[in-house]
Amino acid sequence: MNILKFFTAGSVDDGKSTLIGRLLYDTDSILADQLEALQASNRKNDDGTIDLAILTDGLRAEREQGITIDVAYKYFQTEKRKFIIADTPGHIQYTRNMVTGASTAKLAIILIDARNGVVEQTIRHSYLVSLLGIEHVVVCLNKMDMVGYSETVFNAITEKYKALAAELNLKEVTFIPVSALKGDNVVNESEHMQWYQGRSLLHFLESVDVEDALPYNLARMPVQWVIRPQTDELHDYRGYAGRILSGSFNVDDKVTVLPSGHSSVIDRIEIFDQRPVEAFAGQSVTIHLKDNIDISRGDVLVNSDHLPQSSQVIEADLCWMDARPLDDSITYLLQHNSKITKCKIREIVYKVDINTLAKQDAHDFKLNDIGRVVLKTADELPFDLYTENKANGAAILVDSRTNLTVAALMFRNVSY
Amino acid sequence: MSKVNLDYLDELEAEAIHILREVAGQFEKPALLFSGGKDSITLVRLAEKAFRPGKFPFPLVHIDTGHNFEETITFRDQMIDRIGEKLIVGYVQESIDEGKVIEQTGKNASRNALQTVTLLDTIAKYGFDACIGGARRDEEKARAKERIFSVRDEFGQWDPKRQRPELWNIYNGRIHKGENVRVFPISNWTELDVWNYIKREKMELPSIYFAHERDCITRNGQLMAASPFLNMDEEDIVERKKVRFRTVGDMSCTAAVSSDATELDDIIAEISASKISERGARMDDKVSEAAMEDRKKGGYF
Ligand SMILES: Nc1nc2c(ncn2[C@@H]2O[C@H](COP(=O)(O)OP(=O)(O)OP(=O)(O)O)[C@@H](O)[C@H]2O)c(=O)[nH]1
Ligand SMILES: [Mg+2]
Repeated sequence: MNILKFFTAGSVDDGKSTLIGRLLYDTDSILADQLEALQASNRKNDDGTIDLAILTDGLRAEREQGITIDVAYKYFQTEKRKFIIADTPGHIQYTRNMVTGASTAKLAIILIDARNGVVEQTIRHSYLVSLLGIEHVVVCLNKMDMVGYSETVFNAITEKYKALAAELNLKEVTFIPVSALKGDNVVNESEHMQWYQGRSLLHFLESVDVEDALPYNLARMPVQWVIRPQTDELHDYRGYAGRILSGSFNVDDKVTVLPSGHSSVIDRIEIFDQRPVEAFAGQSVTIHLKDNIDISRGDVLVNSDHLPQSSQVIEADLCWMDARPLDDSITYLLQHNSKITKCKIREIVYKVDINTLAKQDAHDFKLNDIGRVVLKTADELPFDLYTENKANGAAILVDSRTNLTVAALMFRNVSY
Repeated sequence: MSKVNLDYLDELEAEAIHILREVAGQFEKPALLFSGGKDSITLVRLAEKAFRPGKFPFPLVHIDTGHNFEETITFRDQMIDRIGEKLIVGYVQESIDEGKVIEQTGKNASRNALQTVTLLDTIAKYGFDACIGGARRDEEKARAKERIFSVRDEFGQWDPKRQRPELWNIYNGRIHKGENVRVFPISNWTELDVWNYIKREKMELPSIYFAHERDCITRNGQLMAASPFLNMDEEDIVERKKVRFRTVGDMSCTAAVSSDATELDDIIAEISASKISERGARMDDKVSEAAMEDRKKGGYF
């Protein structure tokens, strides 16, 4: 059995938390004592039924205000799959929390309130989904109960969203009319929308093929830790421990260590007490090389025949996530997997106007702004373009004054 | 092309190992908080997978309430012998003797809340900058909100409104002096995942996780082990019951469940069919809707 990680996005009050509550409720994933707590809660729907959104709105402030502030992770499984859900906030102020939930997901559920259609946050979130390269998108037209379960409304909004999806280059988009509140087409097929021939959301999630079309050759493993027991019997033991980001490594493969550029051959691969001849993306392993070369944390092992890009000047998409605006006069820290290097923003290429998706000249970057920059790092960075290899194409910026994570970066181009 | 999608237990394991190695790489003085429960025993197993044949780059730290199940302490000491790692124990009794905390009184008295002070003192005493814990997001709704690297201020407090973005699998562990980070490598595991992993790895557990006969009393609708640590009176009727524990805290706050499950397979079947959550068996969460959030804000695990 495998795991599907997905998240919900959409504007405030579009019903994201309610939808997840409904998914859990109708799959019998809510346990008796949790249900009891829900029933005892004084936050109820107008008709007195339990408010399913409080299943994920776990913070006091969230329950008091009836909004989601930070991501909540929920877990459930059916006979077909295990699911990890990130319920993210719709409020623009908390966009960074939405990006947190989205960054590790393989599928996005974008909710649209059928009464309002596509609104600014729908566009913003869809834009982020496209930037983050999330391949599978399900658009749930929610609150169908409030528009008389109308096919006309569904079609009109679907058409509008398709135009947006084309503009954003979203490849796989599926539309499902639902009522999170009443349960139509969430787990059970709706009786109110005979005109809809497709599957319910759950059935779609159970069957969607999310097998990665992984960049098989682009073998990359950042070294997190060097295992050197230095005991008598293990005197020469020197294992490079890390999690393979992408591609696969085989015993006898020729590998290059970056940034030093030294190369060697894989002597053996260990996964604790196992000695596989091959290890692949996602596995945490320990690699031994035939030659003794100087390797430490922050270095990366790569397939010698498929080297990554290497540069100090890189063009990247940037989502700004801090209340203090970007300051191009200070030096930030850039963290790329296990590697940390100093970094300055050299140029703001453009900022995106979320309403029109137009690229505008800009001189500043504030909380929740998204756009393109050119950055310069102190050390040469071995990276892949985000479009070619997500796992090695992203980084974060840290403000060394506050230690906060202030931006998400996706590498788009080598620059000079 | 070989297979690309890992089986779920392999994926969860690989993620946890990655997180443990990040802790080793990013911090000067990390520690692994070891409670003797199944989640922290799982962490120890994962640490073996992350660092063997080397030593763990951190000691194990046990906050001892003094109200332990004997079986947990026996298990702890045997395990430490087997793995050959360092154990540091912080005693709640010492915090009480030093007057830093005051023992609760009354029928529902428990040392659970007092642990926080001992924990924070132990962190300060040894200067730990990262504490690895076995909390899972499926346990409780406030935990469902917490990052894998969760920054705590000088007072150990969690501020849910100011959590750092946590993007991709890149963990930012930079902190100022005095702050520390709580790290939760098995955040994404469910209770059932832990049990399936224990089975797959053939891990040893304290015997109280398996069904056994024990003297119990019924308190607030829950079965509690009769012990000197529980304030009992005439109203409490002691009955011999066949029980097991789903989660192991101290004796005064962990409830037992009636069970015949003596093997791992029985336990897995029992949990799969259960209609009550794991923490439903902990009195400490029943206090209010935001009990866990409030304790975390105060520096709890
Ligand atoms: N009639 C109707 N109301 C709904 C439906 N789905 C959600 N609601 C209501 O819409 C309101 C907002 O729902 P939430 O689930 O909290 O919305 P959200 O998208 O999670 O909001 P944020 O997380 O704060 O962005 C609540 O009052 C819900 O009961 C639906 O299908 N039909
Ligand atoms: Mg919500």
